[in-house]
Amino acid sequence: MSARHHRYPVLTLKQSNVPDDLCPVATDLSPMLPGDWRSYRPVVDRDKCVKCAVCWLYCPVQCVEERAAWFDFNLNTCKGCGICAHECPQRAISMIPEAQ
Amino acid sequence: MNTSTTGSPTRTRGRIMLCEGNEAAALGVALARPDMVAVYPITPQSSLVEHLAKLIADGRMDADIVDAEGEHSVLSILQGAALAGARTYTATCGPGLAFMFEPFFRTPGMRLPLVMTIVTRDGITPQSVWGGHQDAMTVRETGWIQMYCETVQEVLDTTVMAFKLAEHHDVMLPVNVCLDGNYLSYGAARIEMPEQADVDAFLGHKDVNWHVALDPSRPMAVDPLTGGSGGVGPETFVRYRRGQCRGMQNALQVIEDIHADWAARTGHRFAPLVEEYRLDDADYAIMTLGSMTGAAKDAIDEAREAGEPVGLIKIKTFSPFPVAALKHALRKVRALGVVDRSVAFRWNCGPMFQETLGVLYRLGRHVPAQSFIGGLAGADLTTDHFHRVIADTRALMTRPACDEPVWLNAKD
Repeated sequence: MSARHHRYPVLTLKQSNVPDDLCPVATDLSPMLPGDWRSYRPVVDRDKCVKCAVCWLYCPVQCVEERAAWFDFNLNTCKGCGICAHECPQRAISMIPEAQ
Repeated sequence: MNTSTTGSPTRTRGRIMLCEGNEAAALGVALARPDMVAVYPITPQSSLVEHLAKLIADGRMDADIVDAEGEHSVLSILQGAALAGARTYTATCGPGLAFMFEPFFRTPGMRLPLVMTIVTRDGITPQSVWGGHQDAMTVRETGWIQMYCETVQEVLDTTVMAFKLAEHHDVMLPVNVCLDGNYLSYGAARIEMPEQADVDAFLGHKDVNWHVALDPSRPMAVDPLTGGSGGVGPETFVRYRRGQCRGMQNALQVIEDIHADWAARTGHRFAPLVEEYRLDDADYAIMTLGSMTGAAKDAIDEAREAGEPVGLIKIKTFSPFPVAALKHALRKVRALGVVDRSVAFRWNCGPMFQETLGVLYRLGRHVPAQSFIGGLAGADLTTDHFHRVIADTRALMTRPACDEPVWLNAKD
């Protein structure tokens, strides 16, 4: 469990005396992030990036982060959808298989 | 949403009324004080939800009503409402029930205590808008409790009892109150209204989302992925599925207890699982379900006057199937005729006949039995039809049973 979960109270079925064969519920919050199931990751060609911010506008999980002379991605939250690579007018982003 | 059930009770006890089954169901719902009703009209259920809408509009019932765009949404809305702690109700039938199937199957798995009236209608096609049990029988294997009513009074009382049953902590399952389309939905009869204060005391404290909830103070993911080899393993899925079966079996005792409690408070007595009618000294018996039972009992009375040792077994609770109560009813029966208002396509017989075969096997002795199918698409089942059933069943004691069902209205 990560630090961002600690603000939630945690309920366990045992503590609340609810039988564990009624409705399935999950009370332990999963620390999994979109980056944990990504199969392709975006890589920026810093020579091509002109900081137009089109990737920043289109990213559905808002993982695009601004650097001094280019844009980059928070790979904890990037789910690897490739929308940024598809939309980039400079063709500065390529999607690389995670296995490589 | 007002989730209080402590509003001032209106005096209703002893009020004698003439009303149709659909109105009686609506009055039963009003007595149970649900918080949320979601509806989509369909024949022959429409007047039931019109009565509900009027009760709410007239201020005689304090519930939110959602006129949804379809039955799938109706049940999905009620699932959300139940998870938020609301007592919930709807009614449907036939094609509406079919359209509802996806959330219908999920409701018992989530152990949500919804109450739904099925104003039973025969299955289309052939096209028909008339009564028959095919719709309710089609969903008999989905984990809902099903109780079938014989009279308009039983519709009213069973509707109230259904809320108590569904919300019982040993049960926590949705309940279908089945009333016969046309014969009960539009059949007007005398009813006696229970006292609102008695109903309030009977139903008691409402607590429908103690086990699963949409509640910011108890955060939880509802119905997460279980089973499978890649996740937590099949053990979790098996545990919950077995829990559903346990709830169904618990319901058998709870249904008996609730009927006894209701009778003590109101004086209205109904057989909870299986009714035995003139069965004590009977050599053979016929078996019925729902409103046809009235005509069948008249035929039994006439046959008894003519010296026939015949009795009647009525099933009220069809799901869970009352195996022990039915075994008890069949203890002295030497031949059995089972009358269904729907068909079991795979077995070429009636569904209640098919289910009863399993109980007959467990009796440990051979009882010849015959399936009769009648009352399809609103067809009449008269005392004449039941005299034929009685004669054919008596013949089973001397002649072998026929593998084909007897189609009672084939030449009507």
